Amino acid sequence: MRTLVTPPVVVPATRSPLRRVQIALHRHTRLRLLTVLGLPLTWLVVVYLVPLGLLLLTALWDTDSFTGLLVRRVSLDNFRLLLQEPAYLRTVLRTVGVAAAVTVLCAVLSVPMALFMAYVAPSRWQPVLVALVLTPLWASYLVKVYAWRSMLAPEQGLVDRVLAVVGLGGPGYGWVSLVVVLTYLWLPYMVLPVYAGLSTMPRSYLDAAADLGARPARTFRTVVLPLVVPSLAAGSVFTFSLSLGDYIAVQLVGGTAQVLGNVVYTNFSVNLPFAAAVATLPVLVMVVYLLAVRRTGALDNL
Amino acid sequence: MTLSRPARWLLGAAMALGLAFVYVPLLLVLVNSFNRSATFAFPPTGFTTGWWSAAFANPGVREALRTSLLAATAATAISLVLGTLAAVAVTRYSFFGRQSVSLLLVLPLALPGVVTGIALNTMFTGFLGGLTFMTLVVGHATFCLVIVFNNAAARLRRTAGNVEEASMDLGATRLQTFRLVTFPALRSALLAGGLLAFALSFDEIVVTTFTAGPGVQTLPLWIFQNLFRPNQAPVVNAVAALLVLVSVLPVYLANRLSADTTAGSRM
Repeated sequence: MRTLVTPPVVVPATRSPLRRVQIALHRHTRLRLLTVLGLPLTWLVVVYLVPLGLLLLTALWDTDSFTGLLVRRVSLDNFRLLLQEPAYLRTVLRTVGVAAAVTVLCAVLSVPMALFMAYVAPSRWQPVLVALVLTPLWASYLVKVYAWRSMLAPEQGLVDRVLAVVGLGGPGYGWVSLVVVLTYLWLPYMVLPVYAGLSTMPRSYLDAAADLGARPARTFRTVVLPLVVPSLAAGSVFTFSLSLGDYIAVQLVGGTAQVLGNVVYTNFSVNLPFAAAVATLPVLVMVVYLLAVRRTGALDNL
Repeated sequence: MTLSRPARWLLGAAMALGLAFVYVPLLLVLVNSFNRSATFAFPPTGFTTGWWSAAFANPGVREALRTSLLAATAATAISLVLGTLAAVAVTRYSFFGRQSVSLLLVLPLALPGVVTGIALNTMFTGFLGGLTFMTLVVGHATFCLVIVFNNAAARLRRTAGNVEEASMDLGATRLQTFRLVTFPALRSALLAGGLLAFALSFDEIVVTTFTAGPGVQTLPLWIFQNLFRPNQAPVVNAVAALLVLVSVLPVYLANRLSADTTAGSRM
């Protein structure tokens, strides 16, 4: 049996400390992972998860109604108040209703846009269209809402003046405006995943459907739509979640409308535990929603 | 799908309407910032740059602009370091809980800002002694880090890890490999991520409201405070137009630099 002869290793007489650290890192994968992941993970845990935990904890505390100070005594009173007081319960339901309406509107608007981008537009236009849809996503949320506030201003705003030409009145500030503005704000979040889903679908599916005699309408219903459902679900995570937490659009264009965001914002300086309890509701709704969406497989490529 | 001519035409109309829906409000803000009419009469009654000069002459606006620039720079710097490290960890290592870390990295942008904001506020005011300028930077860095992570991770997934292995097989140390192989591949994605993080931090309002210390006023906070004062309307509108430009330019640049990673980086 031949024995393997290991070549003589040339060991440098002295190793610099830096070199020694590098050798140690090279040998120990876990140590290496720790140096790479340690800092960002610590940050996310300390600055994100711990505050979320504290929020939940605060939601279980109480405020002394006389002094306004925090009372660190654990109870479910805040959640009980939230679910037993009909006014709050209605606010919860209305907020979920607004979020659902916004999500449906975004889905309805985004499918034709994505279809155009993927199938009708020449391929050299596609990156331009993606950039055009994407860019407003980065424009200030506040400015976008502000822009709509001026457009929707009763009588003076552009919407009212345009509608007056055809003899109609504008929606003014209220629920309708709130849904329109939230749809506007989150639409790119829906268009992009739907476009991404459509553009990766093999064109041969469409040819096959056409060869088998399906008209475009039928191809759309039986081939395209089922394939974009995961994309719609992925987009809806954002449209739904972001609508649930909004409190600025509702102040600027919602008129007297009250949603969960308002309740958090108005309570946060006077009754922090109650505000915290209200703020955990969107988180709970989102957890349930994410679990439901995960069944469609939409989160695999998120 | 061989679409009929009317179907193509309808889809084109839907696209045009969708883009109009997205752009008309923003363009209106820009147009009105040069509109002589203080009540934004449409069509504009004349051209003026008066509102812009009034905005720049306003001491509150100048101070807020300075704060916004400082906060965005600091948050971007922190998020570049943390986001790059996180991206390398998630794309180049396999470890227990990697899926959970990926999900954790989506959350700061996927959960409503009001939740992040009030959670941070609870920690800072209830347990750590109050809000300052630094708490604002920490709040911003947390969601900016997600943007940098998304950009860097998208690029790292595209550049195969075997180039790095080849580099080390040829005798380069890990640091040399990072400096000479990984980093050059990442550079444009990091630049794009940094620009986007800056843009996002510069005009953020929700987390800002809950994490800015007393007396710390960013540009969006200034707008929000002056929004309900009718006589300030044209100046507020000019500041809003400035915010549109400042946020759109970095996005344009980022898209030019690194189109492959910019597109999906907000999700």
